[in-house]
Formats: sequence, structure tokens, C-alpha cells
Amino acid sequence: MSNLICLFVVIPLFTAFLIGILYKLHNSVADTLTNVCIFALTCLSVLFVSQVAGNNALVYKIGGWIPPFGIVFVVDSLSVLMLILVNTVSLFAAIYSISYMNRYTSKPYYYILFLLMLVGMNGIIITGDLFNLFVFIEIASISSYALVSFGIQHEELEASFKYMVIGEIASTFILFAIILLYAWGGSLNMADIAFRINGDSLGTANSMVKFVSVLFIFGFGVKAAIVPFHAWLPDAHPSAPAPISSMLSGVLIKVLGIYALTRVLYSVLGITFVIQNVLLTLGAISMVAGALLALPQIDFKRMLAYSSISQVGYIILGIASGNFIGITGGLFHLVNHGVFKSLLFMDAGAVEFSTKTRKLNELGGISEKMPITHGSFLTGALSIVGMPPFNGFWSKLLIIIGLAQSNHTGLALLAICIAVVTLAYYLKIERSVFWGKLKEGLEFVKEAPFSMCFSMIMLAIICFIGGLLYFHPILKDAAQVVHQGTAYANHLLK
Amino acid sequence: MLPYVFCIILIGIGLYTVLTKKNLLKIVIGFCLIEYGVNLFIVMVGYRWNGLPPIMLTPDDKTLFVDPIPQALVLTAIVIGLATTAVLLAIVIRVYKRYGTLDLTELKRLKG
Repeated sequence: MSNLICLFVVIPLFTAFLIGILYKLHNSVADTLTNVCIFALTCLSVLFVSQVAGNNALVYKIGGWIPPFGIVFVVDSLSVLMLILVNTVSLFAAIYSISYMNRYTSKPYYYILFLLMLVGMNGIIITGDLFNLFVFIEIASISSYALVSFGIQHEELEASFKYMVIGEIASTFILFAIILLYAWGGSLNMADIAFRINGDSLGTANSMVKFVSVLFIFGFGVKAAIVPFHAWLPDAHPSAPAPISSMLSGVLIKVLGIYALTRVLYSVLGITFVIQNVLLTLGAISMVAGALLALPQIDFKRMLAYSSISQVGYIILGIASGNFIGITGGLFHLVNHGVFKSLLFMDAGAVEFSTKTRKLNELGGISEKMPITHGSFLTGALSIVGMPPFNGFWSKLLIIIGLAQSNHTGLALLAICIAVVTLAYYLKIERSVFWGKLKEGLEFVKEAPFSMCFSMIMLAIICFIGGLLYFHPILKDAAQVVHQGTAYANHLLK
Repeated sequence: MLPYVFCIILIGIGLYTVLTKKNLLKIVIGFCLIEYGVNLFIVMVGYRWNGLPPIMLTPDDKTLFVDPIPQALVLTAIVIGLATTAVLLAIVIRVYKRYGTLDLTELKRLKG
């Protein structure tokens, strides 16, 4: 089974090159190959659930080199949870692209970049080597820069340039931090570094870990768009084509930012009280600032982008709360947010597809014209706001309980208040886009094509039943991986 | 110690260029400087004073060798840097075609 791990990188990489060779044969080659490939990856990631039960970890050694020397791929519960999320969201984004991307020329290139971004994200999730982590971060980032500028209009290019400069400086700082760790410990294997920091006898680890943690928080913070480093996100995410917006907001910021940050800070460096407080502060600031900045927006997708910043704040708060319930809630919210934010961006894309605008003041009353879009948007909005039967409620509840249990009652109350602000700006979208009288010029609006509706309905169903994930052991196992911290190393080097 | 300080100074100059210059190409150059600073740092980490190339002649060779891993790493880092610079320059060319200028202050369509 552990030999199959490398397929998460090999299949999409191979398919990307295959599309590059074969796309001229027939128009539908690129569509078919991409969807089949991602469907296979989704099935594969589900297969791994039973393999990692009970905090087990599978290791794949590239080229047969024994761990501290060679590169290893590691799949534990946290990785499987992320793999399922990433591949499922990508699958629906790819199905959605079949109709949506007909607006653009050179669809095959789009699919190639899409698959390369997926290679990067899958690689980040499964890698057990720090330099390899950096390489995969760069693969995912470079494809995402190209995808943001895919429309090559004024706005797209401007957003992409901004995103790229900020993102690349962050990547360079991540590389710098990795090299500092190598210079100190003489190893790049995550488990080995964790082992060496734990068994440090000279007492030099402490100051080095502090400095490197700061560099990592900056680097991954930019990738995750935590508030002082968020400036690129509200430009980049709305400018991309809709399926890419949903990929970027749904999974990319979580894999490149939150997952990598969690893995490095918790499993490799070992979390300390100070770092935990820094994360809590950053999380609280992003949660509040994201929500308040979302309120006055008049662009549909831009408001959703600010909402992502706010929700990332919730996830960080949950993971940094330091107790088991909070971490479970944080990871749960990470999965849920991946689902409903991609759904909401797809709805925004469907509205833009049919009406050719995404300004809130030019839209109005299209709920009867686009019932499926409206229904799925309502499901997504109710989930993100935190209405009881939907998945968002359960994860926010767990985060708030976790915060309260670790004596951060103030932050717990703040999280409740921000949920109300979230409700306010989603009601604003509902009122100005879907409800009310039909605006002039929108009489001939039609429902989105089948493939787009299919993705939206499926994601809406997942939103509805997603709360049941709490009862599956994979979530608690994943939270256990984060909670046990550097014990991750003992697990792998046995 | 001194070479490391120079690396940090190089990174600092690059950051200063990115933050203060208004010409898009100068920003790209500043970004390259940051990258070179980090690459130089990687090479420095592997260097040993009076070290020899890492070729073991006997299995228990105790000679002082230069660390070969950072040299492999820096090659990868340079290639990745090439890719990012290429994409960055491609976007700059497209921006020039659309906006007709390389002035950063003219790029102000997105705000809020």
C-alpha cells in the first residue's frame, strides 16, 4: 500500500504532460483526461482512510534510501484528511470547468496548469522532507500565479503581479528558514530534525528555533493570507477564473499556508507558549479584520475573498487554542471551509457566467431565473454563517468550546460576534443578488449549464451532511497528529 | 562570519529595491537580488575552510570534506528561481502591452 503513495504526485504530473501532447487530437481530450485523473486520485485518497486508522503512518522511500538520507513521502491521518479534501474539491472544480472555461481560449493550457497546481498541493501534503516541501510549494505557487493571470485583462495582470511579488518573497523566506534549519541540524528530513531539536544537548536549539519560527510564520502566513500579510488575496482570488478562485480559496491557502504551518510548527519545531500566543493573536486579528473589510464590498467575489481571510482566522484560532477539542474544531473547519467556500465561489462564477457582471448593485432578483445557483448559494451561506444542521455550525461550535476550555473566553466571545458579522454580509449578498425585484437587463438570464450545476449541487449536499464527519475517526486521528506535536518523529524513525 | 553578513546585506538590498522602486523591472531585479542572497547563503552553509571535494577514497576516510548537499540544493533553488523570474517577466511584458507603462503607480484598478 505504501508504494501507492507516490501516485498522488505521479498521476497528475503524467496527465499534465499527456494533455500537452494529445490535446490536438480532439476537443474533449483535455476535459476527459483531467476529470478521469482527478477522479482516480479522489478514489485513491479514500482508499488510504482505512490504512492510517489508529494513528498509523505509511512511509514511501524514494529510490529506497533510508529515511534521514533520502526523501520520504509520509501519509498519516492528517495527510489523508487533507488529500481527500484537496482531491474532492479539485474534482468538482474540474467538472465545473468543462462548461465554464469555454469562455476562455486555450482550455488545454488551463488544465495543464490546474493539474500542476494539484501536483504541488498533493506533494506538500505527503512530503516528509523540508526541501521537498519548498519545491512543491513553488510548483503550486507558480501554477497559481499563471492561473490568476489567465484572462490577461488589466485587472488579472495587476492582481497576478502583486500576488507574485508578495508570494515569491514569502517563498524565499521559507527557503532561508529551511536552510538555517539544515545549517543547524545537518538534516532535511522532518522527523529527523524534530528528533535532533528534542535531543539537543548543547542548548543552541532554542534561539535557532525562535528565529526560524518567525521566518516560517511570515512565509506561510503570506501563503495563508493571515491579516498583516493578506494584501494580495482580495485582488488575486476574484481575478482568477471561477473554478480557480474556488481552488485558491478552498484549498490552496489551506494547504500552502495552514497545513504547512501546522506541520512545521507542531510536528517539526515543536509548539511553544509564545508561538501559540502569536498565532492566537494573528488568528483573532484576521478573523475580525477580514469580516469588517468584507462588509462594505460591492464586488461579489471580492467579498467572498475577504470572507476567506476571516474564516482562516477561525481555523488558526482553533488550531492554536492548544487543546484537543479546539484542534479538532480547527481541522474540521478547515475541511468545511474548503467545501463551502469553493461552493460559494462557484455560485459567484455561475452568476457572472449568466449575467456577465459581478457588481452587487447591478444584480438583483435573479433567484427565480437561477434556482439551482440560488439554492446552493443559500446552503453555502448558511453553512459559513453557522446555522445548526449545516457543517459550519459544528466546526465553529468546537472551535468556540476549545477556546473557552483553554481559558480564552474573550476570544470565544469574539468568535461568536464575528459569526454575526458574517451573517450580515452574506445577507447583503442574498438581498442584492437573489432576492427582491428583477433588475432591468436581466430578463433573459438563464440557469448555468449542467456541469456547473452538477458541481454546485454535489458540494451543497456535502455541506448539508458534512457535520457527520465529526463521528468518523479520521478527524480525531488527524487532530491527534497535531496534538502530539514532535512525537511525530518517534513514529517515523522507529 | 563575514560572508554570512554579506548574504544578509544582499537580501536587505533586494528587499529595499522591491519595497521602494516604482518601475516593474526594478522590482524584478530586486527580487532576483533576494534570491541570489539566499542562494549564496546556501552555498556558504556547505563550505568548509580547507575542505576537499567530497570523494571518499577509502571507506573510513577522515578527511575534511565540503558538504555536498547544499550544492545539490542550490542547483534546485536556482532552477526554481529561473522559473519564477521567467513568469514574473512574462507578466511584466503583458502588463506593458496592456497598460503601456512600467510605472507601478499606474496599476491601480484594483482597490477596496
